[in-house]
Amino acid sequence: MEFTRRDTLAIGMGAVAITVLPFRVNAAAEEAISAFTGGADIAETGVTLIAPEIAENGNTVPIGVEAEGAVAIMVLAMGNPTPGVATFTFGELAGAHSASTRIRLAGTQDLVAIAQMADGSFAKASSNVKVTIGGCGG
Amino acid sequence: MAEGVKPRVKAPSSAAAGEAVVLKTLISHQMESGQRKNADGTPIPRSIINRFTCEFNGKSVIDVKMEPAISTNPYFEFEAVIPEAGDLKFTWYDDDGDVYEDVKSVAIA
Amino acid sequence: MKFKAMTAIAALLLSVPAMSLADPDEDQLVLNGEMESVTETAAPAHLSDVLDTIYSGWRFRENETQALQMDDFDNPGMIFADLGLDQWNAVEGEEGKSCASCHDDVTESMKGVRAVYPKWNEAAGEVRTLAMQINDCRETNMQAEPYKYNSTQMTNMEALISVQSRGMPVNVAIDGPVQATWEAGKEMYYTRFGQLELSCANCHEDNYGNMIRADHLSQGQINGFPTYRLKNAKLNQTHDRFRGCIRDTRGHTFDVGSPEFVALELYVASRGNGLSVEGPSVRN
Repeated sequence: MEFTRRDTLAIGMGAVAITVLPFRVNAAAEEAISAFTGGADIAETGVTLIAPEIAENGNTVPIGVEAEGAVAIMVLAMGNPTPGVATFTFGELAGAHSASTRIRLAGTQDLVAIAQMADGSFAKASSNVKVTIGGCGG
Repeated sequence: MAEGVKPRVKAPSSAAAGEAVVLKTLISHQMESGQRKNADGTPIPRSIINRFTCEFNGKSVIDVKMEPAISTNPYFEFEAVIPEAGDLKFTWYDDDGDVYEDVKSVAIA
Repeated sequence: MKFKAMTAIAALLLSVPAMSLADPDEDQLVLNGEMESVTETAAPAHLSDVLDTIYSGWRFRENETQALQMDDFDNPGMIFADLGLDQWNAVEGEEGKSCASCHDDVTESMKGVRAVYPKWNEAAGEVRTLAMQINDCRETNMQAEPYKYNSTQMTNMEALISVQSRGMPVNVAIDGPVQATWEAGKEMYYTRFGQLELSCANCHEDNYGNMIRADHLSQGQINGFPTYRLKNAKLNQTHDRFRGCIRDTRGHTFDVGSPEFVALELYVASRGNGLSVEGPSVRN
């Protein structure tokens, strides 16, 4: 197959759209993150985020977070219309500082979990979840 | 009150003093996100449970801020330390002002 | 628009590895760590020309979806069985009775019931689905209003009754007085519907295990109904599922509770004879 100039241009623009889009969607998420951290540095270790690699249906995606010594953990779905998912605040009688729930994902995207530690530092983990589009699905 | 809201809690009836136990909760609720439209194109207003808390004898175990991205029939699993005999109290707060509660007593084995 | 294009691209990428997953997986369904459930068994004799083995739809789902059904607390469908139990004990109608007034403990009286429905009712001279029997009981014995066929209340009650047969093999009769209905259901199963001209068999007999877009086609067994679907986050009834399927062929569908769907339910149930009752199951 031969690529015409127009084809190449179209493919190129598609690629641009793909790379540019996440940044736009992320604006609200960036705001949520800075509200949570106050702009502090975020370490890349210390938080575990468990999510399926492929979610069979974006309507109910099981996820779990854990961060030893965390005061609170915020979960964001970077590609949702509104990125907020949940913020877990652990009390004095929390066992393991972990929690699981089921969430909605509007499409294939990154999930981010940010933990606030007892010493005031922050840490995060992220995971890409591919959301399949149903077949006929009835 | 939103219709058919029923909480379900799984907690052990007894624990060793100081033991961490696993708790699971489920509540039937539509969790209308505010993102959907009805057949004639008008947006369906948001109506969700926006907060869930668990306390043991008045002390906090977990306090969850819930957003519209939490699935229909919200489910949570987490752990609590049981220092003495007493009551686990689970509370869900609805956007419409309703509050749903469940209590489970835990004995020391 | 761009977002849709992105997801479409992701789906294309996904379809490549997914093709190697064409068959049902090897996972075994054990409920609550103790109750073994048959998700694969020899096909019943009447299917010997077309299938060797029958599989529960559970075997075609991803691990995360499968896990939701393996524990009664994790299974969101069970909360609706709980609501069904509240209905079971509620006095309704002019006779001043509840279901429990006659049938006492649901765990005893309804054991095995779901496994043999739809079945012949001699007095009425008709094949009855579980929903039809529930409503007959409400109208005749309780003098209460019947539930709407696919209402939440009916589905809750079906879930409660199904739970009592979990782990037992589906065992619907196909001969004797039900034979004519069963034959009608079989003919419907192989009839092409809609603009897409698809029969049930085209997808669920000829192509189970293959992908339809990003979806893994099952054998269309109904041993797990009512089914909690992640797609709409509620319990779904067999006839509603049939309706969705025929709608997707771009055909005119039948009503829930219609004679056509009663016949189809009997036939499709019989294709699962030998699989364990799973309702309420969890599917995508």
